[in-house]
Amino acid sequence: MITQDEVWLISLVGIGLVALAFISVIGQSGKTADAARVTRSAYVIRRWWFLVLVFAGVGIAYATLKPYPIASQRADSQTAQIVDVVGRQWSWQISPAQVKAGIPVEFNVTTADVNHGFAIYAPDDRIVAQTQAMPGYTNRLLHTFTQPGNYRVMCLEYCGLVHHGMVANVEVVAAGKGDPL
Amino acid sequence: MSGTELYPADEVLSRNERVVLNLYVISTLLVFVLLMLFGLTMRMAQGTWINVPPDLFYQLMTAHGAGMVGTVGLASSAVMWFFLRKYVRLNLVIFATNYVLFMLGALAILAAVFIGKYAGAWTFLYPLPVHAMTVWSPHAAALFMLGYLLIGVGFLLFYLDAMLAIIRVYGNLGRALGLRWLFGGQIDKSHPKAVVASTMVAITNSIGTLAGAVVLVMCLVNIYFPAVVLNALLVKNLTYLFGHMFINASIYMGVIAVYELLPRYSGRPYPVSRPFLWSWASSLVMVLIVYPHHLMMDYAMPQWMVIMGQIVSYCAGLPVFTVTVYGALTNVHRSGMRWPTTAKLLMLSMFGWAAGIVPAIIDGTISVNSVMHNTQWVPGHFHFYLLLGVLPMVLALMFHLVGARARAPDHAIDKLGFPVYLIGGIVFVFAFLTAGRVSVPRRYAVHLPEWLPYDQAGSIGAILVVAGMLLLTSRIVIGLLRAPGHADPAHAAH
Repeated sequence: MITQDEVWLISLVGIGLVALAFISVIGQSGKTADAARVTRSAYVIRRWWFLVLVFAGVGIAYATLKPYPIASQRADSQTAQIVDVVGRQWSWQISPAQVKAGIPVEFNVTTADVNHGFAIYAPDDRIVAQTQAMPGYTNRLLHTFTQPGNYRVMCLEYCGLVHHGMVANVEVVAAGKGDPL
Repeated sequence: MSGTELYPADEVLSRNERVVLNLYVISTLLVFVLLMLFGLTMRMAQGTWINVPPDLFYQLMTAHGAGMVGTVGLASSAVMWFFLRKYVRLNLVIFATNYVLFMLGALAILAAVFIGKYAGAWTFLYPLPVHAMTVWSPHAAALFMLGYLLIGVGFLLFYLDAMLAIIRVYGNLGRALGLRWLFGGQIDKSHPKAVVASTMVAITNSIGTLAGAVVLVMCLVNIYFPAVVLNALLVKNLTYLFGHMFINASIYMGVIAVYELLPRYSGRPYPVSRPFLWSWASSLVMVLIVYPHHLMMDYAMPQWMVIMGQIVSYCAGLPVFTVTVYGALTNVHRSGMRWPTTAKLLMLSMFGWAAGIVPAIIDGTISVNSVMHNTQWVPGHFHFYLLLGVLPMVLALMFHLVGARARAPDHAIDKLGFPVYLIGGIVFVFAFLTAGRVSVPRRYAVHLPEWLPYDQAGSIGAILVVAGMLLLTSRIVIGLLRAPGHADPAHAAH
């Protein structure tokens, strides 16, 4: 399952649980019970609820931050494929625009004018990676394509009146024999 | 402490107070409807149901974003003012000045957008305002920023007056926040939640507004003295510190309506507690340092700041899930609750806030942000807690005001307006979230054919939201203008 579908599922479950809690409370709101007793029970449950959320948060933070998901911006490049990307109103300059699957690609992304968002869309039109293109900075995005195909690049930071037209392509071809993996 | 009497005597408005509050309520409602129509126009244009040229689309987008953020802030400040004035002596002239400066600022923004054709989005992300590709002039960008500055000055005056008034009664801001009870001691149960929340907002949003003022002045200098080149990363940090703070302050001001009004319908006291004080004290810090979650895809950001953005995003959910919303549910549970429109709106606001931050917190994870940032997932979650969270808080106060004057039962229009608004809101936000799942970008005037079903579903939701809002607005406006007032000459304007 890709990240977007996982996120969708987790969000639906979370929103659904919140909705269930509200439906349950609203459904019983017409009844009456001793306020002190309700509050006491709720406080006991809250302690456990708080601990569950804290442990879940710590666990998820650890799992998603180690290893750190963004490539080091200082490291000397050891990758075999380096692609220079320059965004400008309203086009992308991508050089080279063809890379090989299965081999890490380093995209060095910057801009000649305003902020842009460099987002790579897989052939199924789902985002596989992105970074910002900011004036005065070069962001180093590492990505390994697993499938050959035509990947679309779109701008994901609003950059003016033809923002939606700032589209380019990166062709990903199968790695040949002898290519460093 | 907020009591359970529905219309307590200390909420009675003087004539001048009523006039100013009516201006706030009626103006914000009309602007909300207008800006919702802008939003509906954009969604229908994306869905190809109507033809809107891209230049007009991005102008509407800029006006919608700037207008909604500002107007929800103004409406929430009315909530804060209405309840805080029961506990401290607020200056009505300053409250009115905030309104006047806001309207002047709004006029400047509208002129910049629709006459000057400024379409640099509400975030005015440097250096876009000066890279207009001849579409708008530098003066239009400057006018837009001047509008923001006017609005910021109004809010700053309001917060400074609030802090001064709070200090006069409670000695200092720490005592108003109840910090002395964090680690022990007998909590004064009569300490008003409205004072705690207002103090937190006044401190944090003053800082946020000042950050906004700094970045606006920097950008204005750059417009007229292009040789003064700014650091884009620094500007973006300040912009998002300001933007994040301002919109969150709206939630924190709006929730005062829940603290004050909910116990009146449940019939149960809703006093301060130690977890409540902890949640507001911790939120005060977290809301100021969480903004780097907007800059996760800026790899030039220091790593520790981005990690902080993720972790604090997670932590910021704790006060909502374990104190505010949990406390509201506890207050209602088996209480013999009555459900007039005001109570329904209060409960909806708690649901919208809690449910809306689920996708928001998840998006605050760096690895998730890598594939969700600036997709429609983002307007999906912020519309969730603004449209179904903050706006119902504000509407609840407005219905309370109408009720306080008319003392009449719910009208059939309320009973129809509420479900139409609710269903429309749910359809609208889920259209965004599902589009975000399939990587549809936000802020695109033109969409690919495969994205159109999401846009069209969102348009249907938006039509229902506008219809529901029109019904609710008409009830409030007519109620406020027609109902007999209960002006109390003894409660004179300050």
